[in-house]
Amino acid sequence: MMNLKLKVWRQKNAQDKGKIVDYNAKNVSPDMSFLEMLDIVNEELILKGQEPIVFDHDCREGICGMCSQTINGIPHGPERGTTVCQLHMRHFKDGDTIFIEPWRARAFPVMKDLIVDRSALDKIIQAGGFVSVDTGGCPDANSLPIAKDDAEDAMDAAACIGCGACVAACKNASAMLFVSAKVGHFAKLPQGKIERERRVQAMVKAMDDAGFGNCTNYYECEAVCPKEISVRFIALMNREYLRTINHLGRKKGAGGF
Amino acid sequence: MESVGIAKKTWAFLPVGFFSRSIGKKLVVAVTGVVLLGFVTGHMVGNLQVFIGQEAINRYAAFLQGLGELLWLIRAFMAATLILHVWFAIQLKLENWAARPKRYEHNATVQATLSSRTMIWTGLLIGAFAAYHLLHFTFMSLHPEYKTLEDHLGQHDVYSMVILGFKNPAISIFYIIMMFTLAYHLSHSVQSMFQTLGLNNDQYDGGLRRLALAVAGILFVGYTAIPAAALLDILKLPAGVK
Ligand code: HEM
Ligand code: SF4
Ligand code: FES
Repeated sequence: MMNLKLKVWRQKNAQDKGKIVDYNAKNVSPDMSFLEMLDIVNEELILKGQEPIVFDHDCREGICGMCSQTINGIPHGPERGTTVCQLHMRHFKDGDTIFIEPWRARAFPVMKDLIVDRSALDKIIQAGGFVSVDTGGCPDANSLPIAKDDAEDAMDAAACIGCGACVAACKNASAMLFVSAKVGHFAKLPQGKIERERRVQAMVKAMDDAGFGNCTNYYECEAVCPKEISVRFIALMNREYLRTINHLGRKKGAGGF
Repeated sequence: MESVGIAKKTWAFLPVGFFSRSIGKKLVVAVTGVVLLGFVTGHMVGNLQVFIGQEAINRYAAFLQGLGELLWLIRAFMAATLILHVWFAIQLKLENWAARPKRYEHNATVQATLSSRTMIWTGLLIGAFAAYHLLHFTFMSLHPEYKTLEDHLGQHDVYSMVILGFKNPAISIFYIIMMFTLAYHLSHSVQSMFQTLGLNNDQYDGGLRRLALAVAGILFVGYTAIPAAALLDILKLPAGVK
Protein backbone atom coordinates (compact mmCIF):
# COMPACT_ATOMS: atom_id res chain seq x y z
CA MET A 1 0.00 0.00 0.00
CA MET A 2 1.25 3.48 -0.76
CA ASN A 3 0.29 7.07 -0.12
CA LEU A 4 0.54 9.66 -2.87
CA LYS A 5 0.24 13.43 -3.17
CA LEU A 6 -1.92 14.44 -6.10
CA LYS A 7 -1.90 17.85 -7.72
CA VAL A 8 -5.03 17.86 -9.85
CA TRP A 9 -6.34 20.48 -12.28
CA ARG A 10 -9.80 21.55 -11.09
CA GLN A 11 -11.97 23.78 -13.28
CA LYS A 12 -15.74 24.26 -12.79
CA ASN A 13 -16.61 24.84 -16.43
CA ALA A 14 -15.23 26.13 -19.72
CA GLN A 15 -15.32 29.73 -18.47
CA ASP A 16 -13.69 29.12 -15.10
CA LYS A 17 -9.99 29.94 -14.81
CA GLY A 18 -9.17 26.71 -13.00
CA LYS A 19 -6.33 25.84 -10.66
CA ILE A 20 -4.24 23.00 -9.26
CA VAL A 21 -5.70 21.51 -6.08
CA ASP A 22 -3.80 19.17 -3.73
CA TYR A 23 -5.22 15.79 -2.65
CA ASN A 24 -3.85 12.85 -0.72
CA ALA A 25 -4.44 9.40 -2.14
CA LYS A 26 -4.20 6.98 0.77
CA ASN A 27 -3.87 3.20 0.81
CA VAL A 28 -3.28 2.84 -2.89
CA SER A 29 -2.63 -0.73 -4.00
CA PRO A 30 0.02 -1.27 -6.69
CA ASP A 31 -2.47 -3.49 -8.52
CA MET A 32 -4.90 -0.63 -9.07
CA SER A 33 -5.12 1.15 -12.37
CA PHE A 34 -4.63 4.90 -12.36
CA LEU A 35 -8.36 5.45 -12.83
CA GLU A 36 -9.20 3.10 -9.96
CA MET A 37 -6.88 5.16 -7.78
CA LEU A 38 -8.85 8.27 -8.78
CA ASP A 39 -12.13 6.40 -8.09
CA ILE A 40 -10.98 5.88 -4.49
CA VAL A 41 -10.06 9.55 -4.12
CA ASN A 42 -13.47 10.50 -5.56
CA GLU A 43 -15.37 8.21 -3.22
CA GLU A 44 -13.71 9.93 -0.31
CA LEU A 45 -14.54 13.36 -1.77
CA ILE A 46 -18.18 12.35 -2.19
CA LEU A 47 -18.34 11.14 1.41
CA LYS A 48 -16.99 14.51 2.50
CA GLY A 49 -19.68 16.20 0.42
CA GLN A 50 -17.21 17.63 -2.09
CA GLU A 51 -17.30 17.62 -5.90
CA PRO A 52 -15.52 14.56 -7.28
CA ILE A 53 -12.74 14.99 -9.85
CA VAL A 54 -14.32 14.71 -13.27
CA PHE A 55 -12.47 12.73 -15.94
CA ASP A 56 -13.27 10.99 -19.22
CA HIS A 57 -13.21 7.19 -19.39
CA ASP A 58 -15.24 4.38 -20.89
CA CYS A 59 -13.83 0.96 -21.77
CA ARG A 60 -11.01 0.95 -19.23
CA GLU A 61 -9.25 -1.61 -21.37
CA GLY A 62 -7.20 0.62 -23.65
CA ILE A 63 -9.35 0.52 -26.77
CA CYS A 64 -11.88 3.33 -26.75
CA GLY A 65 -9.63 6.36 -26.51
CA MET A 66 -11.77 8.22 -23.96
CA CYS A 67 -9.34 8.46 -21.04
CA SER A 68 -7.20 11.55 -21.36
CA GLN A 69 -4.95 12.74 -18.56
CA THR A 70 -1.53 14.30 -18.63
CA ILE A 71 0.45 12.77 -15.79
CA ASN A 72 3.57 14.62 -14.68
CA GLY A 73 3.60 16.34 -18.06
CA ILE A 74 3.27 13.15 -20.11
CA PRO A 75 -0.07 12.32 -21.75
CA HIS A 76 -1.23 8.86 -20.58
CA GLY A 77 1.64 8.82 -18.08
CA PRO A 78 5.15 7.41 -18.03
CA GLU A 79 4.58 3.95 -19.56
CA ARG A 80 5.08 3.61 -23.32
CA GLY A 81 2.21 2.27 -25.39
CA THR A 82 -0.27 2.53 -22.51
CA THR A 83 -3.51 4.45 -21.95
CA VAL A 84 -4.21 5.97 -18.51
CA CYS A 85 -6.81 3.31 -17.84
CA GLN A 86 -4.18 0.62 -18.41
CA LEU A 87 -1.51 2.39 -16.38
CA HIS A 88 -0.96 0.58 -13.10
CA MET A 89 0.01 2.11 -9.79
CA ARG A 90 3.00 -0.20 -9.47
CA HIS A 91 4.81 2.29 -11.73
CA PHE A 92 4.70 4.83 -8.89
CA LYS A 93 6.43 4.89 -5.51
CA ASP A 94 5.11 5.58 -2.04
CA GLY A 95 5.26 9.31 -1.35
CA ASP A 96 5.35 10.36 -5.04
CA THR A 97 3.84 13.66 -6.07
CA ILE A 98 1.75 13.34 -9.23
CA PHE A 99 0.50 16.19 -11.38
CA ILE A 100 -2.73 15.37 -13.22
CA GLU A 101 -3.78 17.82 -15.92
CA PRO A 102 -6.12 17.81 -18.92
CA TRP A 103 -4.91 17.70 -22.54
CA ARG A 104 -3.69 21.20 -23.35
CA ALA A 105 -4.36 22.63 -26.80
CA ARG A 106 -6.31 25.57 -28.17
CA ALA A 107 -8.30 23.08 -30.28
CA PHE A 108 -9.24 21.08 -27.14
CA PRO A 109 -11.00 23.50 -24.76
CA VAL A 110 -11.30 22.26 -21.18
CA MET A 111 -14.96 21.60 -20.31
CA LYS A 112 -14.54 20.60 -16.66
CA ASP A 113 -11.59 19.42 -14.58
CA LEU A 114 -9.79 16.84 -16.73
CA ILE A 115 -12.37 16.68 -19.53
CA VAL A 116 -11.64 18.42 -22.81
CA ASP A 117 -13.77 18.78 -25.92
CA ARG A 118 -12.11 16.69 -28.62
CA SER A 119 -14.72 17.27 -31.34
CA ALA A 120 -12.03 18.97 -33.44
CA LEU A 121 -10.82 15.44 -34.21
CA ASP A 122 -14.34 14.47 -35.33
CA LYS A 123 -14.38 17.46 -37.69
CA ILE A 124 -11.17 16.21 -39.29
CA ILE A 125 -12.73 12.76 -39.77
CA GLN A 126 -15.86 14.34 -41.23
CA ALA A 127 -13.71 16.21 -43.73
CA GLY A 128 -12.20 13.09 -45.25
CA GLY A 129 -11.81 10.12 -42.94
CA PHE A 130 -14.05 7.84 -45.03
CA VAL A 131 -14.49 6.35 -48.50
CA SER A 132 -17.39 7.58 -50.64
CA VAL A 133 -17.96 4.27 -52.44
CA ASP A 134 -20.37 1.60 -51.31
CA THR A 135 -18.07 -1.17 -50.15
CA GLY A 136 -20.89 -3.69 -50.03
CA GLY A 137 -20.90 -6.78 -47.85
CA CYS A 138 -17.89 -8.60 -46.58
CA PRO A 139 -15.93 -9.72 -49.68
CA ASP A 140 -14.28 -13.11 -50.14
CA ALA A 141 -10.78 -13.24 -48.76
CA ASN A 142 -8.25 -12.25 -51.43
CA SER A 143 -10.90 -11.19 -53.94
CA LEU A 144 -9.32 -7.75 -53.63
CA PRO A 145 -5.56 -8.12 -53.92
CA ILE A 146 -3.67 -6.09 -51.30
CA ALA A 147 0.05 -6.52 -50.83
CA LYS A 148 0.95 -7.97 -47.44
CA ASP A 149 3.11 -4.95 -46.50
CA ASP A 150 0.32 -2.53 -47.41
CA ALA A 151 -2.20 -4.49 -45.39
CA GLU A 152 0.16 -4.47 -42.41
CA ASP A 153 0.79 -0.72 -42.69
CA ALA A 154 -2.92 0.00 -43.01
CA MET A 155 -3.59 -2.09 -39.90
CA ASP A 156 -0.84 -0.29 -37.97
CA ALA A 157 -2.44 3.04 -38.85
CA ALA A 158 -5.94 1.78 -38.11
CA ALA A 159 -4.86 1.03 -34.53
CA CYS A 160 -5.28 4.74 -33.69
CA ILE A 161 -8.04 5.15 -31.10
CA GLY A 162 -8.40 8.91 -31.57
CA CYS A 163 -7.46 9.73 -27.99
CA GLY A 164 -5.63 12.96 -28.84
CA ALA A 165 -2.56 12.25 -26.70
CA CYS A 166 -0.37 13.07 -29.68
CA VAL A 167 -1.80 16.60 -29.70
CA ALA A 168 -1.44 16.91 -25.94
CA ALA A 169 2.21 15.83 -26.05
CA CYS A 170 3.25 17.88 -29.07
CA LYS A 171 4.95 21.12 -28.08
CA ASN A 172 3.14 22.69 -31.05
CA ALA A 173 -0.20 21.04 -30.19
CA SER A 174 -0.13 19.56 -33.68
CA ALA A 175 -2.54 16.80 -34.70
CA MET A 176 -0.29 15.44 -37.44
CA LEU A 177 0.11 11.95 -35.96
CA PHE A 178 -3.64 11.44 -35.66
CA VAL A 179 -4.37 12.82 -39.14
CA SER A 180 -1.48 10.90 -40.69
CA ALA A 181 -2.79 7.66 -39.18
CA LYS A 182 -6.14 8.24 -40.89
CA VAL A 183 -4.62 9.40 -44.18
CA GLY A 184 -2.09 6.55 -44.09
CA HIS A 185 -4.74 3.94 -43.35
CA PHE A 186 -6.75 4.88 -46.45
CA ALA A 187 -3.80 5.62 -48.73
CA LYS A 188 -2.57 2.05 -48.36
CA LEU A 189 -5.84 0.40 -49.38
CA PRO A 190 -7.42 0.20 -52.86
CA GLN A 191 -10.76 1.54 -51.60
CA GLY A 192 -9.05 4.63 -50.20
CA LYS A 193 -6.67 5.36 -53.05
CA ILE A 194 -9.40 6.73 -55.33
CA GLU A 195 -9.97 9.86 -53.24
CA ARG A 196 -6.50 10.23 -51.80
CA GLU A 197 -5.73 13.72 -53.14
CA ARG A 198 -9.02 15.19 -52.03
CA ARG A 199 -8.81 13.42 -48.71
CA VAL A 200 -5.41 14.72 -47.67
CA GLN A 201 -6.29 18.24 -48.78
CA ALA A 202 -9.61 18.27 -46.94
CA MET A 203 -8.26 16.69 -43.76
CA VAL A 204 -5.24 18.98 -43.60
CA LYS A 205 -7.48 22.00 -44.11
CA ALA A 206 -9.84 20.83 -41.34
CA MET A 207 -6.83 20.25 -39.08
CA ASP A 208 -5.47 23.76 -39.70
CA ASP A 209 -8.91 25.37 -39.35
CA ALA A 210 -9.41 23.73 -35.95
CA GLY A 211 -6.39 25.61 -34.61
CA PHE A 212 -3.89 22.79 -34.19
CA GLY A 213 -0.23 23.74 -34.53
CA ASN A 214 2.26 22.72 -37.22
CA CYS A 215 4.50 19.68 -36.99
CA THR A 216 8.19 20.42 -36.47
CA ASN A 217 9.27 16.80 -36.12
CA TYR A 218 9.79 16.72 -32.36
CA TYR A 219 8.38 13.16 -32.29
CA GLU A 220 6.87 13.58 -28.82
CA CYS A 221 3.59 12.28 -30.31
CA GLU A 222 5.07 8.90 -31.16
CA ALA A 223 6.55 8.63 -27.67
CA VAL A 224 3.17 8.94 -25.93
CA CYS A 225 0.85 7.29 -28.44
CA PRO A 226 -0.82 4.37 -26.65
CA LYS A 227 -1.01 2.54 -29.99
CA GLU A 228 2.60 3.40 -30.86
CA ILE A 229 1.69 4.89 -34.24
CA SER A 230 4.98 5.68 -35.97
CA VAL A 231 5.94 9.17 -37.13
CA ARG A 232 6.73 7.49 -40.45
CA PHE A 233 3.00 7.94 -41.13
CA ILE A 234 3.62 11.69 -40.94
CA ALA A 235 6.26 11.31 -43.68
CA LEU A 236 3.69 9.32 -45.63
CA MET A 237 1.09 12.07 -45.19
CA ASN A 238 3.63 14.67 -46.33
CA ARG A 239 4.13 12.53 -49.47
CA GLU A 240 0.37 12.30 -49.95
CA TYR A 241 0.12 16.08 -49.65
CA LEU A 242 3.04 16.62 -52.02
CA ARG A 243 1.47 14.51 -54.74
CA THR A 244 -1.57 16.80 -54.85
CA ILE A 245 0.81 19.27 -56.47
CA ASN A 246 -0.07 17.47 -59.72
CA HIS A 247 -3.42 19.15 -59.50
CA LEU A 248 -2.18 22.69 -59.01
CA GLY A 249 -3.85 25.16 -61.31
CA ARG A 250 -6.70 22.87 -62.34
CA LYS A 251 -9.98 24.66 -62.82
CA LYS A 252 -12.65 24.20 -60.19
CA GLY A 253 -14.66 21.07 -60.84
CA ALA A 254 -12.37 19.98 -63.66
CA GLY A 255 -10.46 16.76 -63.87
CA GLY A 256 -10.58 14.33 -61.02
CA PHE A 257 -11.82 16.83 -58.50
CA MET B 1 -18.41 22.44 -42.27
CA GLU B 2 -18.89 24.85 -45.09
CA SER B 3 -15.40 24.13 -46.33
CA VAL B 4 -13.99 21.55 -48.68
CA GLY B 5 -16.18 18.53 -48.08
CA ILE B 6 -14.60 15.54 -49.73
CA ALA B 7 -17.60 14.90 -51.98
CA LYS B 8 -17.88 18.48 -53.18
CA LYS B 9 -17.34 18.63 -56.95
CA THR B 10 -16.37 22.29 -57.02
CA TRP B 11 -13.41 21.67 -54.79
CA ALA B 12 -10.13 22.84 -56.28
CA PHE B 13 -7.15 24.74 -55.06
CA LEU B 14 -4.63 27.26 -56.27
CA PRO B 15 -0.94 27.20 -55.39
CA VAL B 16 -1.81 29.84 -52.80
CA GLY B 17 -4.00 27.29 -51.06
CA PHE B 18 -1.31 24.64 -51.30
CA PHE B 19 1.28 26.84 -49.61
CA SER B 20 -1.08 28.32 -47.03
CA ARG B 21 -1.74 24.99 -45.31
CA SER B 22 0.52 23.79 -42.52
CA ILE B 23 2.21 21.12 -44.63
CA GLY B 24 2.65 23.51 -47.56
CA LYS B 25 4.40 26.06 -45.33
CA LYS B 26 6.61 23.34 -43.89
CA LEU B 27 7.55 22.33 -47.42
CA VAL B 28 8.69 25.89 -48.17
CA VAL B 29 10.94 25.83 -45.08
CA ALA B 30 12.33 22.44 -46.08
CA VAL B 31 12.99 23.26 -49.74
CA THR B 32 14.61 26.62 -48.92
CA GLY B 33 16.52 24.80 -46.17
CA VAL B 34 17.93 22.38 -48.75
CA VAL B 35 19.06 25.31 -50.91
CA LEU B 36 20.67 27.03 -47.89
CA LEU B 37 22.36 23.77 -46.95
CA GLY B 38 23.74 23.54 -50.49
CA PHE B 39 25.02 27.08 -50.18
CA VAL B 40 26.76 26.63 -46.82
CA THR B 41 28.39 23.43 -48.11
CA GLY B 42 29.67 25.09 -51.29
CA HIS B 43 30.80 28.15 -49.37
CA MET B 44 32.79 26.00 -46.97
CA VAL B 45 34.53 24.09 -49.77
CA GLY B 46 35.37 27.38 -51.47
CA ASN B 47 36.75 28.87 -48.25
CA LEU B 48 38.92 25.86 -47.51
CA GLN B 49 41.08 26.95 -50.44
CA VAL B 50 42.89 29.26 -48.00
CA PHE B 51 44.77 26.12 -46.98
CA ILE B 52 46.01 25.67 -50.57
CA GLY B 53 47.52 29.13 -50.38
CA GLN B 54 47.19 32.82 -51.02
CA GLU B 55 47.06 32.51 -54.79
CA ALA B 56 44.35 29.84 -54.85
CA ILE B 57 41.89 31.65 -52.60
CA ASN B 58 42.53 35.03 -54.20
CA ARG B 59 42.02 33.56 -57.68
CA TYR B 60 38.77 31.95 -56.49
CA ALA B 61 37.59 35.29 -55.07
CA ALA B 62 38.53 37.09 -58.27
CA PHE B 63 36.65 34.46 -60.26
CA LEU B 64 33.50 35.08 -58.19
CA GLN B 65 33.86 38.85 -58.58
CA GLY B 66 34.39 38.31 -62.31
CA LEU B 67 30.93 36.80 -62.61
CA GLY B 68 29.61 40.35 -62.55
CA GLU B 69 25.84 40.48 -63.03
CA LEU B 70 25.62 36.73 -62.56
CA LEU B 71 27.08 37.12 -59.06
CA TRP B 72 24.35 39.57 -58.21
CA LEU B 73 21.76 37.20 -59.61
CA ILE B 74 23.08 34.45 -57.36
CA ARG B 75 23.12 36.82 -54.39
CA ALA B 76 19.54 37.87 -55.07
CA PHE B 77 18.48 34.24 -55.31
CA MET B 78 20.18 33.37 -52.02
CA ALA B 79 18.69 36.42 -50.29
CA ALA B 80 15.21 35.49 -51.51
CA THR B 81 15.70 31.91 -50.33
CA LEU B 82 16.81 33.03 -46.88
CA ILE B 83 13.94 35.51 -46.60
CA LEU B 84 11.39 32.84 -47.54
CA HIS B 85 12.96 30.39 -45.07
CA VAL B 86 12.91 32.87 -42.21
CA TRP B 87 9.48 34.28 -43.08
CA PHE B 88 7.75 30.89 -43.13
CA ALA B 89 9.72 29.60 -40.15
CA ILE B 90 8.61 32.57 -38.03
CA GLN B 91 5.02 32.29 -39.21
CA LEU B 92 4.90 28.59 -38.31
CA LYS B 93 6.45 29.29 -34.92
CA LEU B 94 3.92 32.01 -34.08
CA GLU B 95 1.07 29.66 -35.02
CA ASN B 96 2.61 26.94 -32.89
CA TRP B 97 2.81 29.18 -29.84
CA ALA B 98 -0.81 30.21 -30.38
CA ALA B 99 -1.89 26.55 -30.60
CA ARG B 100 -1.13 26.04 -26.90
CA PRO B 101 -2.28 29.16 -25.05
CA LYS B 102 -2.28 27.43 -21.65
CA ARG B 103 0.88 25.50 -20.86
CA TYR B 104 1.18 22.55 -18.49
CA GLU B 105 1.93 23.28 -14.84
CA HIS B 106 4.27 20.33 -14.97
CA ASN B 107 6.16 20.19 -18.26
CA ALA B 108 7.99 17.13 -19.54
CA THR B 109 9.87 16.09 -22.66
CA VAL B 110 10.16 12.43 -23.57
CA GLN B 111 12.33 12.30 -26.67
CA ALA B 112 12.42 15.67 -28.46
CA THR B 113 16.04 16.81 -28.76
CA LEU B 114 17.21 20.16 -27.44
CA SER B 115 18.26 21.12 -30.97
CA SER B 116 14.72 20.51 -32.25
CA ARG B 117 13.30 22.70 -29.48
CA THR B 118 15.62 25.63 -30.12
CA MET B 119 15.37 25.85 -33.92
CA ILE B 120 13.87 29.32 -33.97
CA TRP B 121 16.60 30.70 -31.70
CA THR B 122 19.52 29.02 -33.46
CA GLY B 123 17.96 30.13 -36.75
CA LEU B 124 17.59 33.77 -35.69
CA LEU B 125 21.18 33.78 -34.40
CA ILE B 126 22.47 32.48 -37.74
CA GLY B 127 20.42 35.13 -39.54
CA ALA B 128 21.92 37.91 -37.43
CA PHE B 129 25.38 36.42 -37.89
CA ALA B 130 24.90 36.28 -41.68
CA ALA B 131 24.19 40.02 -41.71
CA TYR B 132 27.32 40.73 -39.63
CA HIS B 133 29.44 38.42 -41.78
CA LEU B 134 28.39 40.19 -44.99
CA LEU B 135 29.36 43.58 -43.52
CA HIS B 136 32.60 42.10 -42.21
CA PHE B 137 34.10 40.22 -45.19
CA THR B 138 31.81 40.67 -48.22
CA PHE B 139 31.05 44.39 -48.27
CA MET B 140 33.81 45.24 -45.76
CA SER B 141 31.75 48.14 -44.41
CA LEU B 142 33.05 47.39 -40.92
CA HIS B 143 36.68 47.36 -42.09
CA PRO B 144 37.11 49.67 -45.12
CA GLU B 145 40.88 49.12 -44.84
CA TYR B 146 40.36 45.52 -46.12
CA LYS B 147 39.35 46.95 -49.50
CA THR B 148 42.85 48.14 -50.37
CA LEU B 149 44.65 44.84 -49.67
CA GLU B 150 46.21 43.54 -52.88
CA ASP B 151 48.44 40.58 -53.75
CA HIS B 152 51.37 40.70 -56.22
CA LEU B 153 48.99 39.93 -59.11
CA GLY B 154 46.95 43.01 -58.28
CA GLN B 155 44.00 40.88 -57.09
CA HIS B 156 42.04 41.70 -53.95
CA ASP B 157 43.99 39.93 -51.20
CA VAL B 158 41.21 37.92 -49.59
CA TYR B 159 43.80 35.62 -48.04
CA SER B 160 45.36 38.38 -45.93
CA MET B 161 41.98 39.88 -45.14
CA VAL B 162 40.70 36.61 -43.66
CA ILE B 163 43.85 36.04 -41.60
CA LEU B 164 43.92 39.64 -40.38
CA GLY B 165 40.29 39.34 -39.39
CA PHE B 166 40.77 36.08 -37.54
CA LYS B 167 43.97 37.16 -35.75
CA ASN B 168 41.57 38.95 -33.43
CA PRO B 169 40.63 36.26 -30.88
CA ALA B 170 37.29 37.89 -30.04
CA ILE B 171 36.22 37.72 -33.68
CA SER B 172 37.51 34.18 -34.18
CA ILE B 173 35.78 32.88 -31.10
CA PHE B 174 32.58 34.63 -32.11
CA TYR B 175 32.75 32.96 -35.54
CA ILE B 176 33.40 29.57 -33.97
CA ILE B 177 30.43 29.92 -31.64
CA MET B 178 28.24 30.92 -34.56
CA MET B 179 29.39 27.90 -36.57
CA PHE B 180 28.43 25.71 -33.64
CA THR B 181 25.00 27.36 -33.71
CA LEU B 182 24.69 26.58 -37.42
CA ALA B 183 25.75 22.98 -36.86
CA TYR B 184 23.24 22.69 -34.03
CA HIS B 185 20.47 24.02 -36.29
CA LEU B 186 21.47 21.46 -38.91
CA SER B 187 21.71 18.52 -36.52
CA HIS B 188 17.92 18.68 -36.33
CA SER B 189 17.08 20.12 -39.72
CA VAL B 190 18.96 17.66 -41.91
CA GLN B 191 16.87 14.77 -40.63
CA SER B 192 13.78 16.92 -40.29
CA MET B 193 13.85 18.01 -43.93
CA PHE B 194 13.74 14.39 -45.12
CA GLN B 195 10.69 13.79 -42.95
CA THR B 196 9.01 16.99 -44.16
CA LEU B 197 9.69 16.09 -47.79
CA GLY B 198 8.20 12.66 -47.15
CA LEU B 199 11.52 10.87 -47.66
CA ASN B 200 11.51 8.87 -44.45
CA ASN B 201 10.54 5.33 -43.58
CA ASP B 202 11.40 2.71 -40.98
CA GLN B 203 14.54 1.64 -42.80
CA TYR B 204 15.93 5.15 -43.27
CA ASP B 205 15.19 6.68 -39.91
CA GLY B 206 18.28 5.70 -37.92
CA GLY B 207 20.50 6.50 -40.90
CA LEU B 208 18.98 9.97 -41.26
CA ARG B 209 19.77 10.84 -37.65
CA ARG B 210 23.39 9.81 -38.17
CA LEU B 211 23.53 11.64 -41.49
CA ALA B 212 22.33 14.84 -39.80
CA LEU B 213 25.01 14.58 -37.13
CA ALA B 214 27.67 13.84 -39.75
CA VAL B 215 26.66 16.80 -41.95
CA ALA B 216 26.58 19.11 -38.93
CA GLY B 217 29.96 17.81 -37.76
CA ILE B 218 31.66 18.14 -41.14
CA LEU B 219 30.39 21.70 -41.62
CA PHE B 220 31.46 22.69 -38.12
CA VAL B 221 34.98 21.30 -38.52
CA GLY B 222 35.36 22.67 -42.05
CA TYR B 223 34.30 26.18 -41.18
CA THR B 224 36.03 26.33 -37.80
CA ALA B 225 39.34 25.18 -39.25
CA ILE B 226 39.94 28.62 -40.77
CA PRO B 227 39.61 30.89 -37.70
CA ALA B 228 41.29 28.20 -35.58
CA ALA B 229 44.25 27.97 -37.96
CA ALA B 230 44.61 31.75 -38.04
CA LEU B 231 44.52 31.97 -34.25
CA LEU B 232 47.07 29.17 -33.85
CA ASP B 233 49.35 30.78 -36.42
CA ILE B 234 49.06 27.82 -38.79
CA LEU B 235 47.80 30.25 -41.42
CA LYS B 236 50.43 33.02 -41.58
CA LEU B 237 50.19 36.49 -43.03
CA PRO B 238 52.30 36.99 -46.16
CA ALA B 239 55.44 39.06 -45.66
CA GLY B 240 54.75 42.77 -45.63
CA VAL B 241 51.07 42.62 -44.63
CA LYS B 242 50.23 43.96 -41.18
C1 HEM C 1 22.45 29.19 -43.62
C2 HEM C 1 21.43 29.23 -42.85
C3 HEM C 1 20.40 28.15 -42.68
C4 HEM C 1 20.36 26.85 -43.08
C5 HEM C 1 21.40 26.07 -43.86
C6 HEM C 1 19.10 26.30 -42.63
C7 HEM C 1 18.65 25.02 -42.86
C8 HEM C 1 17.45 24.51 -42.45
C9 HEM C 1 16.91 23.25 -42.82
C10 HEM C 1 17.56 22.23 -43.76
C11 HEM C 1 15.72 23.10 -42.16
C12 HEM C 1 14.82 21.88 -42.16
C13 HEM C 1 13.48 22.11 -42.78
C14 HEM C 1 12.43 21.14 -42.37
O1 HEM C 1 12.65 20.16 -41.71
O2 HEM C 1 11.29 21.38 -42.70
C15 HEM C 1 15.51 24.27 -41.38
C16 HEM C 1 14.43 24.50 -40.57
C17 HEM C 1 14.22 25.65 -39.86
N1 HEM C 1 14.99 26.80 -39.90
FE1 HEM C 1 16.71 27.02 -40.89
N2 HEM C 1 18.42 27.26 -41.93
C18 HEM C 1 19.18 28.40 -41.96
C19 HEM C 1 18.86 29.60 -41.43
C20 HEM C 1 17.77 29.85 -40.64
C21 HEM C 1 17.44 31.13 -40.11
C22 HEM C 1 18.19 32.43 -40.34
C23 HEM C 1 16.32 30.96 -39.38
C24 HEM C 1 15.67 32.09 -38.61
C25 HEM C 1 14.51 32.13 -38.20
C26 HEM C 1 15.95 29.57 -39.43
C27 HEM C 1 14.89 28.97 -38.78
C28 HEM C 1 14.45 27.71 -39.01
C29 HEM C 1 13.32 27.11 -38.36
C30 HEM C 1 12.46 27.74 -37.28
C31 HEM C 1 13.15 25.84 -38.92
C32 HEM C 1 12.04 24.87 -38.63
C33 HEM C 1 12.53 23.84 -37.73
C34 HEM C 1 11.56 22.80 -37.46
O3 HEM C 1 10.83 22.34 -38.34
O4 HEM C 1 11.55 22.42 -36.28
N3 HEM C 1 16.85 28.92 -40.23
N4 HEM C 1 16.56 25.13 -41.57
S1 SF4 D 1 -2.21 8.71 -33.09
FE1 SF4 D 1 -1.98 7.69 -31.08
S2 SF4 D 1 -1.95 9.40 -29.60
FE2 SF4 D 1 -2.78 10.21 -31.52
S3 SF4 D 1 -5.01 9.99 -31.36
FE3 SF4 D 1 -4.27 8.13 -32.39
S4 SF4 D 1 -3.94 6.66 -30.71
FE4 SF4 D 1 -4.11 8.68 -29.73
S1 FES E 1 -10.95 4.25 -20.97
FE1 FES E 1 -11.03 3.40 -23.02
S2 FES E 1 -8.97 3.62 -23.61
FE2 FES E 1 -8.86 4.28 -21.55
